[in-house]
Amino acid sequence: MSGGSLRRTSLHDAHQALGARLVPFAGWEMPLQYPAGIVAEHRAVRASVGVFDLSHMGEFHFRGEGAPVAVDRLVSSDIAGLAVGQARYGLLCNERGTIVDDVIVYRIAADEMLMVVNAANVEKDARHVQARLPQDVAFEDASLETALIAVQGPRAAVLLSAVTDLEVREESIESLPAFGVTRGRVGGVRATIARTGYTGEDGFEVFIPHERAPSPWNRLLAAGSAMGVAPIGLGARDTLRLEARFSLYGNEIDETTDPIEAGLGWTCKLDKEFVGRDAIAAAKARGPARRIVGLVCEGGVPRRGHPVMSGGEVVGQVTSGTYGPTVDRNIALAYVQTPLAKAGTAVAVRIRERDVAATVVKTPFFRRPT
Amino acid sequence: MQTIPDDLRYSKEHEWVRADGDLVTIGITHFAQDQLGDVVFVELPEKGASVRQHASLGVVESVKAASDVYAPVSGEVVERNLKVIESPELVNSSPYGDGWLVKVRMSDGDEMGALLDAAAYGEHVGASAQ
Repeated sequence: MSGGSLRRTSLHDAHQALGARLVPFAGWEMPLQYPAGIVAEHRAVRASVGVFDLSHMGEFHFRGEGAPVAVDRLVSSDIAGLAVGQARYGLLCNERGTIVDDVIVYRIAADEMLMVVNAANVEKDARHVQARLPQDVAFEDASLETALIAVQGPRAAVLLSAVTDLEVREESIESLPAFGVTRGRVGGVRATIARTGYTGEDGFEVFIPHERAPSPWNRLLAAGSAMGVAPIGLGARDTLRLEARFSLYGNEIDETTDPIEAGLGWTCKLDKEFVGRDAIAAAKARGPARRIVGLVCEGGVPRRGHPVMSGGEVVGQVTSGTYGPTVDRNIALAYVQTPLAKAGTAVAVRIRERDVAATVVKTPFFRRPT
Repeated sequence: MQTIPDDLRYSKEHEWVRADGDLVTIGITHFAQDQLGDVVFVELPEKGASVRQHASLGVVESVKAASDVYAPVSGEVVERNLKVIESPELVNSSPYGDGWLVKVRMSDGDEMGALLDAAAYGEHVGASAQ
């Protein structure tokens, strides 16, 4: 394996000690899975709690009085309307109205915004936002100085509470609302703590200085042993997000897709100015020729790139597919021609030259019981 | 679990063969299932299908990827393991037992000579693991 130029997170030794299978991902050497395997890791997150090393993700800071408005102009969703301590999902788009990246923006102070971007897009996004930022807003790419540990699952709040002291004594981890963000110490390390995630479960994302990650990581695993905490690799991260129907940049969305066809129109606040707004409004008015749908396949596992068939014709393509351990079905996201996008439509997925019956279904495939 | 049983023959592509006269049982090795991870789907040829040595015999899919299984010998499929189609995780939990894939009536017994014994397969796996 050509590992020479790959970056390592500060949890690399911890992953090796846990027996992780490490793989190259977006320029980093990251755990694909631990010895328990992808299905067991997936189930641990749905049943109890898992911890993820996501230190490869990118973190941008925007500072200055004008930061909220400046970031609002870059992102499709309502960023200017965020109060301090709130976060929101949104898209970076280009002027053509296609998707540069999907991001979460956190208002961590009156004059400071944190933007979390995909690892593979850090350099591209940094160029994209810097080229469009007013001079009075300071930009910092803190990706290499920031570690990120996600704690996800129904027991996430209980576990994180056990190792965390919040700065504001009246607050608690349990009372932090979804998409809320606050400050505290996790495993003794100063951290930014957000109630966000990518699994379809309750959960948190904890941002810490890069080299300080081992202490909170080890404390979380130790404190969670009685509740069956598991370290989770990229393999289960993908099956979890797919069951929850979260888009993956590079699969469902990229610079050839617009938010409307990707089913992300809900992230676009078209009554404000932002990069790509006019093109997205036009795409919405036209109506998309294709749409992202969920598919359930009856035999065989659909994979990225497999053609979607109807009446002997290619009518679309799978963007992500897997066996979903919780739903216990073979599931996929796919672009199909708009007339075929209705739930209940029978199509087929061409798997190894064979057409396998599939049905368009409502998504998410999995929704956490409330 | 004994990871490379002495009484089997092996292909370099990590299939195993248990011979009983010209009737052979075929599966994938412990090493192969460990590399694949959780097996979630198995596709096998129908009874009566003819298979050719080194040609694709079927597909074993893990959560992450699909992998071809190659026929270690030529012949006719006389049985496929319906239990493993129903419960693909048997490939992980019992690769040399309940996780077998097909039984084949061998058409050319000389092909067995091209397969590795346990010691040679052990060396092969050692090299693959580097």
